[in-house]
Amino acid sequence: MKEILVRPERCMGCRSCEIACAVEHSQSRDLFRALSEMPQKRLFVEHVPEYSLAVPILCRHCEDAPCVAVCPTGALTQDAISGVVRHNKDICIGCWTCASVCTYGVIGRDRRARVAIKCDRCPDLEVPACVSACPTRALIYGDVEEISSSKRAESALKVARGVAVSSR
Amino acid sequence: MANKTATESIDPATTKMLLEARRAGLETVWDRFNKQQPQCGFGQLGICCRNCNMGPCRIDPFGDGPDKGVCGATADIIVARNLLRMIAAGAAAHADHARDAVIVFKEALEGRARSYQIRDEAKLRELAAEYNISSWGEQGGAADLANALLSDFGRQEGYVTLTRRAPEKRRKIWESLGISPRGIDREIVECMHRTHMGVDNDPLHILQHGLRTSIADGWGSSMIATEVQDILFGTPSPRRSEANLGVLKEDEVNIIVHGHEPILSEMIVEAASDPEMIKLAKSVGANGINVAGICCTGNEVLMRHGIPVAGNFLQQELAVITGAVEAMVVDVQCIMPSLGGLAACYHTKFISTSPKAEFPGALRMEFSEERAAEIAREIVRTAVENYPKRDRGRVLIPRERSECMVGFSVEAILKALGGTPQPLIDAIVNGSIKGIAAVVGCNNPKVPHDHGHVNLVRELIRNNVLVVTTGCNAIACAKAGLLRPAAAKEAGDGLRGVCESLGVPPVLHMGSCVDISRILVVAAAIANKLGVDISDLPVAGAAPEWMSEKAVSIGAYVVASGVFTVLGTVPPVLGSPVVTRILTKDLGDAVGATFAVEPDPFKASKLIIEHIESKRRALGLKV
Ligand code: SF4
Ligand code: SF4
Ligand code: SF4
Ligand code: SF4
Repeated sequence: MKEILVRPERCMGCRSCEIACAVEHSQSRDLFRALSEMPQKRLFVEHVPEYSLAVPILCRHCEDAPCVAVCPTGALTQDAISGVVRHNKDICIGCWTCASVCTYGVIGRDRRARVAIKCDRCPDLEVPACVSACPTRALIYGDVEEISSSKRAESALKVARGVAVSSR
Repeated sequence: MANKTATESIDPATTKMLLEARRAGLETVWDRFNKQQPQCGFGQLGICCRNCNMGPCRIDPFGDGPDKGVCGATADIIVARNLLRMIAAGAAAHADHARDAVIVFKEALEGRARSYQIRDEAKLRELAAEYNISSWGEQGGAADLANALLSDFGRQEGYVTLTRRAPEKRRKIWESLGISPRGIDREIVECMHRTHMGVDNDPLHILQHGLRTSIADGWGSSMIATEVQDILFGTPSPRRSEANLGVLKEDEVNIIVHGHEPILSEMIVEAASDPEMIKLAKSVGANGINVAGICCTGNEVLMRHGIPVAGNFLQQELAVITGAVEAMVVDVQCIMPSLGGLAACYHTKFISTSPKAEFPGALRMEFSEERAAEIAREIVRTAVENYPKRDRGRVLIPRERSECMVGFSVEAILKALGGTPQPLIDAIVNGSIKGIAAVVGCNNPKVPHDHGHVNLVRELIRNNVLVVTTGCNAIACAKAGLLRPAAAKEAGDGLRGVCESLGVPPVLHMGSCVDISRILVVAAAIANKLGVDISDLPVAGAAPEWMSEKAVSIGAYVVASGVFTVLGTVPPVLGSPVVTRILTKDLGDAVGATFAVEPDPFKASKLIIEHIESKRRALGLKV
């Protein structure tokens, strides 16, 4: 099961991911044409002034998704296989119960349709739009186990180097 | 990645060299372009501002985030200011080029630049008359002309002189809009002032000044550069040559001249034909010395001497990758800084010559007017002495080269027509020629190399639209065989008949990018003859693969001169609905012409043909 993981230390705050997300959710899927459609982005590059850092925040597609649990109409559902939390705008009533429980605050509001709007993990793309757009690879798309295991290998290497140096 | 070449260029020589580059593990402009993907949306839309240190600021194009910069600048203001800065940079490039040409002219008259002579005395006198220079003693008149030309740059009173060449109706429009250019440098400086934080913050007002600055380029700098270069190096006349990488020679010393100014390359062409240099070449085992051009320096020597042209903008790296180039000699503009690293992978000497332009990995042999011939000989000698270092095992010269007929200056066109534009006008009136399109501009890896150029031109001539061309489009057309008189076969019946009776190609090579001024002169001549404005004529412009800031200035002056212009790559303005509306609609009411953007050359040709037909209808001509 693939997830979008964020490496905030690499984020430049350029918002290319936000633009790409918005364009991907337009009819035309073309930056220049999307301007007349005004599509909305589904991830948010948040600035943390205390640390002068930009942190991209996007739906985690929580395994035990509170938004899905609270949705009174069943507009939010979770795909059993991919784990993607989907939203059905046809039955959404815009009650914002989901928004009140989402830990990350990533449930947006479609101003025209007056329904909730959220990350759908770009169902038509191999790699989500935000991930491909990021010039510094602050966003990565992969299997959590694999990412963790490569991170572990990296950490192990660092530790091993330290041990080798200190025992010399 | 390995097989992406088919979509990267329609030119077989380029495709071959690109495969070779990838086989050799060498990076080219296309690889770097791919690594830049996706490019920043804020930049593409023109909605980021770095003009002060409260920023950088950017506007959310979809209205979710910030709608103003720190100072309060909206997307409209930011886009207009950024566009004005692009025009300023482009106009500055041409102004600097033109000024240097005038300085060489002046120093030649004063006897300090001994390598240069006056080659076109008639043009010298005509230009002097336009500058109201009456006293014509010894060198008196010419020296006065040089000073008068120089004074256009720093002019403090009146208007840039050659704007007088524009039809009266056009000048009236400029006056009423308050966009007649005063001094050339002044307009450029004012662009930088106006875009400084807190100065000009009205998009329309900003863009008006953009038009004024661009007119100073087209009817000032560029026109001065063309005229002075003609005086010094001769006005081009029709001649034949060849184009594409296949013009490089397996058994000769290959020298490539690349950039934009003919001032040094003229001397190199001369030095390379010096018997002493040829003897030297033979002594190192070569059969001779072959000079070939790239970009507009290439166009200049192609037009005046029939020196073959090795390729256009996107082929500069590939020329080095042939492994057969002894020296890549560059001056200014459109020279990729990657050339140094690439040349280091071969025996090629990458020689920079302009006091203004230094490049990583370049061997510096700085040009000076006083020692021009001497320096040119040193450069040629360096190339010749480098020949034995060529690694024959690594030489790969593609076979492709096409014949072309070039050199259609205004004078040459008039001569071909029997001294007056009347036959051309008659052909337009009777409909055998539907109209004229100026197709110009760079290459850009955003579109397949030459695809936009060649297909647009083909479609136009097929529909009886006579095409005039300059710059990298001209080179693309040359490579595609469209500059041969035989290409008349590809034209519609009407155009074909006219070309065959005159023995000219359906696509006329009018020179380098500064020579778009020649196109303005032709347009003005036709308009004057008919007693109408340029915007009434069945003419259009197009830049299918443009990339440089110079192209922005050119586009602006072409539209300001009344010519509808289609761009093939999207300019960074779409982030502002107001600026987009001004450029594509409102300008029509103000100057009688607008921009359109159409990346597909087939659709672009339809836009141009429709425009030309509407102008024909308005003039009461049959469509
Ligand atoms: S919307 Fe919020 S709660 Fe729901 S899955 Fe995404 S992150 Fe979790
Ligand atoms: S806003 Fe829509 S998706 Fe969210 S809880 Fe209410 S009905 Fe469900
Ligand atoms: S995965 Fe797709 S929908 Fe979700 S934030 Fe990224 S671009 Fe937007
Ligand atoms: S594209 Fe990448 S670097 Fe830019 S804001 Fe998004 S996550 Fe950060």
